[in-house]
Amino acid sequence: MAGSEVRRALIALALIAAPAWAQQSSLADVQLRDPAKEAQAKALMATIRCVECQGQSVGDSDAAIAGSMRSVIRERIQAGETPDHVRAWLIERYGDYITYDPPLGAMTWPLWLAPVVLLIAGAAIARSSFRKKGR
Amino acid sequence: MKRALLWLPLLLFAGLFALVGFGLLKPANRTVRSALTDKPLPDFTLPALLPGKPGVAKNGYGGGQPRLLNVFASWCLPCKAEAPQLMRLKALGVPIDAVATNDTADGMRDFLATYGDPYQRIGDDKASKVQIALGSSGVPETFLIDGRGRIVMQHVGDIRADEVDGIVAAWRAAK
Repeated sequence: MAGSEVRRALIALALIAAPAWAQQSSLADVQLRDPAKEAQAKALMATIRCVECQGQSVGDSDAAIAGSMRSVIRERIQAGETPDHVRAWLIERYGDYITYDPPLGAMTWPLWLAPVVLLIAGAAIARSSFRKKGR
Repeated sequence: MKRALLWLPLLLFAGLFALVGFGLLKPANRTVRSALTDKPLPDFTLPALLPGKPGVAKNGYGGGQPRLLNVFASWCLPCKAEAPQLMRLKALGVPIDAVATNDTADGMRDFLATYGDPYQRIGDDKASKVQIALGSSGVPETFLIDGRGRIVMQHVGDIRADEVDGIVAAWRAAK
């Protein structure tokens, strides 16, 4: 009887203490309260490269540094920063390599332009060969 | 003209083949470098990890004296391999500070007692926030901050014995 009361008191204490503890610890694996902000943070994490295990995003990786980056991303989004702003902050530190969504720049414009050029070239080739057949 | 054009696809293929083959034989360098090299140290403040050893903050740099900032942890194996080189740098007069990532006071005390203590300041970077703010992607990494408070060099990985002289020269040049 007394044992179960003690246990109940301990559980109650743990429930009171848990939120305070959760606030202090990192947000690596803790969702944000606001679902809209959590969705923004999740979407951003999927496009940020883990610098330790380089084929993965920080959202997918178990590496410690990826957890720290998830925490930094959640904290900044929670504080009201836009995902683009957080991405820019990370690029400032790690370069374009950190993002799977590279910005258009002097180094990356062929990446963005190549599909358009290839599509136009393909359309031109298709058009000319269909014309020949028509004759 | 037409006959020559006939060879174009084959040539393009050969070019692509050569490109892929070259990439396979010589894999790209996967070291992620901080983009902050040649830029001012970002703003940060870290509390002390051990009593009696001050923490690390941005305002401790740029006072005319270049310093090394070593991002490390007592749980990191290459950091143990690096320790003798840091002790040599200290003996040569190079001031060294540390950002201890994800560390505990007990672990740090053991580490310093076993491998020596080359550090003038040790900042407690619990959630690796300052490590990320510096653009560092692992431990150990060493930043050289010049007398004006700018990051002039980043050394990724543990400092080897044959790299100590180069780092001392860079430290002298950063004055």
